[in-house]
Amino acid sequence: MELSNNTMVTHQLNPEKWVDLYADYLFNYAVARVSNSEIAKDLVQETFFAGLNSAKNYKGDAAERTWLIAILKRKVIDHYRKINSNKGKAEVRINYNSNSDSDGDWLEEQVADPFSKLENDTLENEELGLAIQECITKLPKKQSLVFTMKTIQGISTEDICNELGINPSNLWVMIHRARTALMGCLNQNWY
Amino acid sequence: MISCEEAAIICNKSQYKEATFLEKMKLRFHLFMCKTCSAFTKKNTEFTTLCEKANLQSLSEMEKVKMKKELRDKL
Repeated sequence: MELSNNTMVTHQLNPEKWVDLYADYLFNYAVARVSNSEIAKDLVQETFFAGLNSAKNYKGDAAERTWLIAILKRKVIDHYRKINSNKGKAEVRINYNSNSDSDGDWLEEQVADPFSKLENDTLENEELGLAIQECITKLPKKQSLVFTMKTIQGISTEDICNELGINPSNLWVMIHRARTALMGCLNQNWY
Repeated sequence: MISCEEAAIICNKSQYKEATFLEKMKLRFHLFMCKTCSAFTKKNTEFTTLCEKANLQSLSEMEKVKMKKELRDKL
C-alpha cells in the first residue's frame, strides 16, 4: 500500500506556501505583460485568491505553478478587457506618417523589420528571467532571501545584515552558495 | 597567497562592486595561478550579466507578508 501511494504522482495544492514559492515568479510574468508593478502586484494577489476559490476544481494533473500561471494569464486578459471596455479606447488608430516624403508604400513601410533583434531579445530575456526565478525557488529559504535582497532589490550588505541578524561573512557565504547553485540550475544553453 | 575559498568570496563581492582594491589585487594574483578559480570567475561574471539582462523583479518581504496575511484570512 505504501508503495502504491509513493508511485502515484499527483500534485497537491499548498496555499500556505504559495507566496514564498510563486509570488516572485508570477510577479515577473505579470510585470512583463502590464509593465506596471502596482497592477502586477494586484494581479498576483487576485491570482492567489482565485486559486483559493477554485481549489476544489484542481485535479492535480498539472503542477501547482503551471496551474497558477494559467489563472494569472486569465487575470492579465481580464485586466486589458477592463481598461479597454470603453469602446473608443479599443479603437485601433494607425496614422500614416504625413511629414515623410514617401507616398504609396504604406503597407511596406509598416512591416516589421525581420532583422530587428529587439523583439526577440525581449522575449528571450523574459524567458531567462522566469528560468532564473524558478531556480531561485529551489534554493533554501534563507539563501533565496539573501540573494533576492542583494541581487534583485539591490539592498546594501549592511542593511541586509541588520535586517536578518547575520554578519557580512555569513552573508557572503550564503551569496556564494546561492550563486553556485543557481549557475548549476540554469540550463547550460543560457551561457 | 589566498585560498580558493577566499578567492571565491572576493569574486562574489566584486560581482556587487564591493571588493576593495587590495582584495581585487589578491584575487587577480590568485587567478593568475589557479585555473579552477579563473573558470569560476568567468562563469560567475557571465551569471551577473544574465541577471542584469533578465530584468528580474521581486516583491519586497513586506509586500509578501501582507499578501500572506490576506491569503490566510481567506483560508
